[in-house]
Amino acid sequence: MLSKRNLQLNEHGELHHLLAIEGLPKRILERILDTAESFVGVNEREVKVVPLLRGKSIFNIFFENSTRTRTTFEIAAKRLSADVVSLDVARSSTSKGESILDTIANLTAMHADMFVIRHASSGAPYLIAQHAAPHVHVVNAGDGRHEHPTQGLLDVFTIRKYKKEFNNLTVAVVGDILHSRVARSQIHALTTLGVPEIRVVGPQTLLPTEIERLGVRVFTSLDEGLKGVDVVTMLRLQNERMNGALLPSASEYFSRYGLTPQRLALAKPDAIVLHPGPMNRGVEIDSMVADGRQSVILPQVTYGIAVRMAVMAILAGATR
Amino acid sequence: MKIAIRNGRVIDPANGVDRVCDVFIAAGKIAAIGDAPSDWHSNKEINAQGLVVAPGLVDLAVHVKRGTLASELAAAAAGGVTSIVCPPDTDPVLDEPGLVDMLRMRANAQHGAHVYPLGALTKELGGSQLAELSKLAHAGCIGFSQADSPIVDTQALWRAMQYATTFGFAVWLRPEDHFLSREGSAHDGEVSSRLGLNGIPAFSETIAISRIVQIAKALGTRVHLSKLSTALGVEMVRAAKADGVNLTADVSIHQLHLTDVDIGHYDANYRLTPPLRTGRDRDALIEGVRDGSIDCIVSDHTPRPLEQKQVPFGEAAVGASAVELLLSLTLRFAESAKISLADALAAIGARAARTAGLPAGTLSVGVAADVCVFDPTAYRHITAASLKSAGKNTPFLGYELPGVVRATIAGGHLAHEANA
Repeated sequence: MLSKRNLQLNEHGELHHLLAIEGLPKRILERILDTAESFVGVNEREVKVVPLLRGKSIFNIFFENSTRTRTTFEIAAKRLSADVVSLDVARSSTSKGESILDTIANLTAMHADMFVIRHASSGAPYLIAQHAAPHVHVVNAGDGRHEHPTQGLLDVFTIRKYKKEFNNLTVAVVGDILHSRVARSQIHALTTLGVPEIRVVGPQTLLPTEIERLGVRVFTSLDEGLKGVDVVTMLRLQNERMNGALLPSASEYFSRYGLTPQRLALAKPDAIVLHPGPMNRGVEIDSMVADGRQSVILPQVTYGIAVRMAVMAILAGATR
Repeated sequence: MKIAIRNGRVIDPANGVDRVCDVFIAAGKIAAIGDAPSDWHSNKEINAQGLVVAPGLVDLAVHVKRGTLASELAAAAAGGVTSIVCPPDTDPVLDEPGLVDMLRMRANAQHGAHVYPLGALTKELGGSQLAELSKLAHAGCIGFSQADSPIVDTQALWRAMQYATTFGFAVWLRPEDHFLSREGSAHDGEVSSRLGLNGIPAFSETIAISRIVQIAKALGTRVHLSKLSTALGVEMVRAAKADGVNLTADVSIHQLHLTDVDIGHYDANYRLTPPLRTGRDRDALIEGVRDGSIDCIVSDHTPRPLEQKQVPFGEAAVGASAVELLLSLTLRFAESAKISLADALAAIGARAARTAGLPAGTLSVGVAADVCVFDPTAYRHITAASLKSAGKNTPFLGYELPGVVRATIAGGHLAHEANA
């Protein structure tokens, strides 16, 4: 739907940047998932390092703070033997007035091979990719409320681990869809991989306008939305959304949209529960569910390393 | 200076003229059309064979900032524009007569387009304290506007419109609800949802139109609505006109070509205000121009330095550099919308002049000689280097557009000339 050249692929149709799941063909998603599969074994070994990216320099540039995501990218890069530098730009250059592109130009001059970018503004990684030197790869680690492609990939990786196939699944994505980059990435990944029914569940204030155009069914009742689903993704509700024009209070939200064991019972008995973290226990999810047998929240974190290793290795051309 | 423009296709929509003939200019005025005045001796001859000779263009929205007047008037001349209306969001804001005097003095020294300032309706465009409208009008303001800073307080809007109406001043307002638009950067719809951009709903415009039109109807205010962007907005304007409200409206040329889908990969040159909307809105705007509900087309020329556009979309400055593209984009629009050349030129000429009450937009004998001579069949490649404006921020970089201006005459003065 978006016009203009696909920035993410090179002239041979190979992945050059990972900016969004939207627009990526199924074969590329599957290749990432298959490659990640091979790295799961590496992460379970005693020596958890492979030499695929030896000599490569990866810069994690976080214009917006996120210790968790930054850490998983760091671990992934180190397990591929890359040299990795993490910069918390939120606290340094740009607060002194330096533009994003100047920051990037300076780091490129230090012979960067890959940038992992987190930014509060939707589209910032596109700006960087459009101005990056041709050999430099850009990975979007979350831009505004647009996409968080590696999170979407690790979600579908986790789903594939537990459910094997995509073409017979019903998936519900619950909560603050409006502000969620995770939701957008996950929805695009699931539609591309052939999931026949994707539901979004939330109050109208947390649903983006015309979200059904992304190929999802819209539910405003959690009970209705959960009926018969195979997978439930609970989204984090950020503190600043809880008391204001969007929602009256965290407790009222929980009363309508919190995932309790009783509600989860409406889903299929073998349904799994995902959450991109960090969780607000008692706001969007009951601890009984978060820690229950259907929760795959911790495996998601583990698989996140393998998926990020796969993305970096493929971008650097180290897996051919 | 006596100028003869020979053998061009003279199109003067206001006078119903469309024929090949000569145009003679002397003492800054149109001296004759057709046969030369007796004892004619030219100081300058322009061969317009195969070219169109039209009234200089009238652009009702050209934003100029401090220090850019020379480059932007050169850009206007290069685009065949000979009359511009300058909104009050200059730096500083046009809310004092002395600032208006200074702008007009500087503009006159450039011998380019005639500059018609709009005064600020409220001090610093703040939306509360009235500016000195009578003094500003005396200094040459042709109307009063809030530019892109809508009055939030409806009581203040009512009082400002009452005061302006007292003296018969025109009020130019861009219909926008401040609260609905303040956080947004794109039309609220599928595209903004996909891109994760904060949306500006269509009703941000229509709620404001409703507010303005109802007050204008009660008071009899002369109102001009700037930069319509929505289908429902066009319908409301059409209905208000039929209802006898003293209302006119314009549309930015960008809205007639582009939609929110064109934002693509967050190209900040497409960040405009109002935002680009949907194909349905665009079609309704085109129909509005065709049936006259929308009186004229403006460039909404807003030059920006590169660094204000090389940032993420939501942080980018709004607006596009466009005064040099108004003619080409209007020709392209006319072709695709199947509107005659004369009607298209009227929308950026006679109709615009009538809307603003300006003595411009015609080639009547005796009026100030404002003429645009252009080749309607030649194409131009739009690049940053090809633009005279200080602002290179246009969504149309890389486009091939029809219409090349060969000569621009403003007040009898040759302001621009480019040979084939």
